[in-house]
Amino acid sequence: MAEPIFYEDIEVGTVIPALVKYPTTMQLVKYAGASGDYYQIHYDKDYAIANGLPGVIVHGWLTFSFLGQMLTDWLGEGGVLLKLSGSYRGINKVNEDIICNGKVTKKYIEESKHYARVEIWAENPQGEKTVTGTAVVLLPSREKPQ
Amino acid sequence: MVDESVISEELQSLLNVELGPEVYEIEKGFLRKFAEAIDDPNPRWREVAPPTLPAALVPTELLHRLCNASCPLKRILNGASELEYFHPIKLGDVISVKGSLTRLRQMEGKEGRTLFMIMDVTYTNQRGEVVVKGKNTYIKY
Repeated sequence: MAEPIFYEDIEVGTVIPALVKYPTTMQLVKYAGASGDYYQIHYDKDYAIANGLPGVIVHGWLTFSFLGQMLTDWLGEGGVLLKLSGSYRGINKVNEDIICNGKVTKKYIEESKHYARVEIWAENPQGEKTVTGTAVVLLPSREKPQ
Repeated sequence: MVDESVISEELQSLLNVELGPEVYEIEKGFLRKFAEAIDDPNPRWREVAPPTLPAALVPTELLHRLCNASCPLKRILNGASELEYFHPIKLGDVISVKGSLTRLRQMEGKEGRTLFMIMDVTYTNQRGEVVVKGKNTYIKY
């Protein structure tokens, strides 16, 4: 876990440490079991191909979860995730890197609470953005501990 | 309006009908299994739900009715997810999940006729506090 992040430590443009994941079919099976999402495109290659896909594809929610981890790793114990959104724009295949990225796009204080808005996205190894979204986080301040 | 509607009466009749609640107990094994499935080793997830746990708190009846409602479009993809957090979901909580279909929109996409189905889900704990609100877009094509 990294050092805790404070409101004063970030600026618009601050980059969140990237998180790289490499899901296998086994992980998709685990995810199917844990989430109850047994849609066959996520573990049955023949079924996926018959549905016009290049092969087994990663659950959108799993990639979304990786983006969640990137944010909670960054926030540590002090920050709070308030909103998380993602649009599924492309395909992540198994046995390929998923690169999770984020960048602060806004920081603001409302009713003496310290917020940041973060742009988040996941990429496949071809550099295509497969999930894009935003998050809103509450951060501790060095001036006024929360 | 495009030439032919893919929105059946059955789908239309689901609009703004709240289904549920379906009740989930946040047990130790449930949290552990989910954290393992998303490959997130943060020890915090032994006591508190990771942000995307609502994926496992499924409004099953609504989802089944959406997926099985008669529709000429057979393939389905997840289009978007949104989560808003009000309180943490903790170990030992009992979460009630209610969902409703709030919007149907037919479009002409690159795969031909495409139907966007937007579903709102509310997650409430045993104290009656809304802990999370979710919105999901499913795409039939």
